[in-house]
Amino acid sequence: MIADVITVTLISIGLFFFIAGTAGFIRFPDVHSRLHALTKADNLGLGFVVLGVVAQADSGWSVLKLLLVWLLALTAAATTAQLIARFALPPGERP
Amino acid sequence: MTGFLYAAALVILATICVSMWRVLRGPTRADRIMGAQLIGTGGVAVLVLLSLVHRQAGVLDLALLLALLAAFAAVGFVKSQSADGAGDPEGES
Amino acid sequence: MTLGDAFDILLCLLILTAAAGVIGGRDLFGSVALFIVYGLLLTIAWVRLGAVDVALAEGAIGAGLTGVLLLGAAAKMDDGAGQRPSFRPGALLLCAGVAGGLGWAVVSLAQPAAGLIPLVRENLPVAGADNPVTAVLLNFRGWDTLMEAAVLLIALVGVWALSPEDSWGGRSGLTQRVRVDGVLGTFGRFLPPIGFVVGVYLVWVGTSAPGGAFQGGTVVAAVWLLAIMAGVVEPPPVASIRLRLLLMAGPAVFLATGIWGFAAGAFMAFDPAYAKPLILAVELVLALSIAATLALLVIGRPRRPQ
Repeated sequence: MIADVITVTLISIGLFFFIAGTAGFIRFPDVHSRLHALTKADNLGLGFVVLGVVAQADSGWSVLKLLLVWLLALTAAATTAQLIARFALPPGERP
Repeated sequence: MTGFLYAAALVILATICVSMWRVLRGPTRADRIMGAQLIGTGGVAVLVLLSLVHRQAGVLDLALLLALLAAFAAVGFVKSQSADGAGDPEGES
Repeated sequence: MTLGDAFDILLCLLILTAAAGVIGGRDLFGSVALFIVYGLLLTIAWVRLGAVDVALAEGAIGAGLTGVLLLGAAAKMDDGAGQRPSFRPGALLLCAGVAGGLGWAVVSLAQPAAGLIPLVRENLPVAGADNPVTAVLLNFRGWDTLMEAAVLLIALVGVWALSPEDSWGGRSGLTQRVRVDGVLGTFGRFLPPIGFVVGVYLVWVGTSAPGGAFQGGTVVAAVWLLAIMAGVVEPPPVASIRLRLLLMAGPAVFLATGIWGFAAGAFMAFDPAYAKPLILAVELVLALSIAATLALLVIGRPRRPQ
């Protein structure tokens, strides 16, 4: 029962970040602003969803796998953000 | 609980639907790839939720696999747009 | 209508929208980006249909290999304006004809009452694998899988055959220029070890749960490709004997176990007492061969003189 309340709360917070990230991705005016919205907000959302599911997990292995999912998604987002941010710079300003 | 999980997955699917608009419309190529990246994260979240609904072996492994490969489209993109497809995407020195 | 039905209906609508966008989009690059999304949506659909094995294969190939392959191909076809190639009605007719013919063939198939599921279930205890999909692929219909592994190898030979005389035997693709301490270089050193473990895990778990040689091999292929694109490792020269042994090992071991099957009565007949270790051994070696073959297929023909 308590686990269910925790799950619903955490996943709901996660959904908020997904919606916020998507709204930013659609509404922000240029590539770099949009990059902020998607690589930060949605991974925070995924983190809360993962934690919400962890509260229902049936074994230690599942918990480990779930946390690894989040860790890998964070690494991917960090790499993507760096690479695309550099790509989207005007040619003269590339480091 | 299953009802709530479906509702949550449905909300994320709706955000995927909205992001698809950017993949279709751009305007820039970076926008389209960013859209695919955002949808990839959403897909991982949907699979994490479905792993509780289905309680079937392998769904969580699939989420793990997609999280592992999440950056590949973006890496392939910046590489393909560099000089002759083999250049340094972080600026040729 | 339950929430689950609503989820499935929205998923189907998104898949159809993505498919229509891929075919109808005016921008070639946009079509490729949307095709990556399409693959992800299909992966979720396979999970909803209960076919997690297929979902794993689709996810690994779609997210790990086709994206990189198609993005590279689209960049090479780029004429600067980002326009797709000219419309060819003949190709459209041919594709529509093939699709229509296949659809007609599937619809007109006789519908057996229960399919082969009871037969598979009945023989599962002697198959050497608890996962029915692996039992079918490696034991009951091992022929098909052996042929598929051979087809991959032949496809790679076909790609290599396109290399000009002076670079034959050299390394595949071009020399990758990447900053060693840059973001891509770091990512290319961080991820492959984790991916290798995940790939071997998928092969290992494949005998009792969704997974297997193709899924695990594709993951290993994808992270090897990443390490190559990040300049961390070089693909071996195609003249390398060790590389050729690695490529051949999977089909060769599979064939050898098939011939050993004569001891149990027929080609590819596994003695139930040895079936499990045999299947696991074939799967592990096959996965490594598939990984090397797929990665080299994506990198392309040798382009550098030896």
